[in-house]
Amino acid sequence: MTKTYRFTCIVCPLGCSIEVRIEDGKVVGVTGHTCPRGKEWAVEEATNPKRVIMSVVPVEGGALPTVSVKTADPVPKELIPELMKFLMELKLEAPVEIGEVVAEWNGIKIVATRGA
Amino acid sequence: MFPGIPMLNYDVVVIGGGPAGMAAAVRAKELGLNVLLLDENDYLGGILPQCIHPGFGLHYFREELTGPEFAARLAKRLVELGVEYRTAARVMEIRNYSDLEKVVIFTSPSGAYQAWAKAIIYAAGARERHAFEIGIVGDRVAGVYTAGEAQTLMDIYGVMPGREVVIVGSGDVGLIMARRFALEGAKVKAVVELMPYPGGLARNVMILRDFDIPLYLSHKVVEVRGRGRVEKVKVVKVDENLNEIPGSEFWIEADTLIISAGLVPSVKKLTAIGVEIDPSTGGPVVNDRLETSVPGVFVAGNALLINDLVDYVAEQGELAAEGAKEFIENGGIGSRKWIRVEKGENVRLLAPHRLSGERDVYLYLRVARPMEDVELRIPEVGKRVKLSLATPAEMLRVKLKAEEIRNSEKLTVEVVRE
Repeated sequence: MTKTYRFTCIVCPLGCSIEVRIEDGKVVGVTGHTCPRGKEWAVEEATNPKRVIMSVVPVEGGALPTVSVKTADPVPKELIPELMKFLMELKLEAPVEIGEVVAEWNGIKIVATRGA
Repeated sequence: MFPGIPMLNYDVVVIGGGPAGMAAAVRAKELGLNVLLLDENDYLGGILPQCIHPGFGLHYFREELTGPEFAARLAKRLVELGVEYRTAARVMEIRNYSDLEKVVIFTSPSGAYQAWAKAIIYAAGARERHAFEIGIVGDRVAGVYTAGEAQTLMDIYGVMPGREVVIVGSGDVGLIMARRFALEGAKVKAVVELMPYPGGLARNVMILRDFDIPLYLSHKVVEVRGRGRVEKVKVVKVDENLNEIPGSEFWIEADTLIISAGLVPSVKKLTAIGVEIDPSTGGPVVNDRLETSVPGVFVAGNALLINDLVDYVAEQGELAAEGAKEFIENGGIGSRKWIRVEKGENVRLLAPHRLSGERDVYLYLRVARPMEDVELRIPEVGKRVKLSLATPAEMLRVKLKAEEIRNSEKLTVEVVRE
């Protein structure tokens, strides 16, 4: 089975339209890219898309009611709903330092991006 | 003088503690000026503390940061340098008595004050356009928010504004809020865009695919209905002249309508002292030190023009501070003559408007419509810059060297096909 993915590349502001063709789970063709970085990005985007995820977590005793957090590494897209469930159950207590690892989920560090 | 109101004295008062104001205050302090920063919020950072997504700081800090991280870095420098600042301080009025005598009257939890300064840097940011402003009619119900309001609720206070959401506007702010709602488990039922193309950067348009969010191009929301709370919104298709097409209406059921229809520079306190406004940017007319038409009043950030990168906002803050330093030292910003900068073909807005030709300068501009394989040209000086893509969503920034433009009377900036 052949599947074709079309992306607007986001590696640089050029915004190339890249097509990735996948046959039986294998990349068989990439067109439209103008650089190797774009090609690599598009292949990854078609085969194993990942995102850095951000959210806020309630915090007791801080200046604001929440602390913003992000994943230290990109998370595979299909795992995002599961990660969000984990984050929704998280509760923190002040003090929280910006940059502090406040939790870990499946080996992925959750980092505070605001202090409290 | 205002008898009975405590009087403070500074070289510079900076109004606004967002990225433009903080960068301005830091730079002013580094330049040896006695500076006071005022912000009406309870915390520094402006809107950055609620912009929890990454994508900030690649130019300014050469590192990708989230909004709160970007704000925290500037705030840290501010505190380390010992810059005096007050939060929860609301500016009531600015008065301009003479070039080197200005007063900012503000209230704060400890009372009212009059802060006298030789120069003012105005960095109060922008406001969001609201539902009535874009012609949405219907019931006055709960559940209608601007994108920024929804973002404050979610990402500062941890409150979910709604569960079934329609978003008006596919600019970066609208798309980023679509992602936030989707991530937090809300159903984003539609993003509705008036123009025939999405308004945001490609990396943000990708959000729609990530979460299977329908995008309606050439459509507008015209009506909202509900009893007490939003129940449904009416969408209509528009033709190429943005006129509604009769009979194309349909309803989307939703409990929340998010308006992300663009920003407008906040300039009321400036127009009150006679600052000249450029109708195309909505911000003041400025020279290459970001000085407005009122001598010694400088402007930076979204109060100058709507930026898309915080890096440029901070850069403008620094430039305004350098302007304030020069102004105070020389009793004014001097130039043998001012070179006018004018909008040519396919340029919707640009700043600064007057150049001295004595220093290098960045021009910030936006095009009127998307075009591929174009050139930015300034025919008077034979300048040409190739651009593979120019869209209204992305602000263009071009450096002009003093020696390139020094002998010109006027510069016309156009973005045209190669």
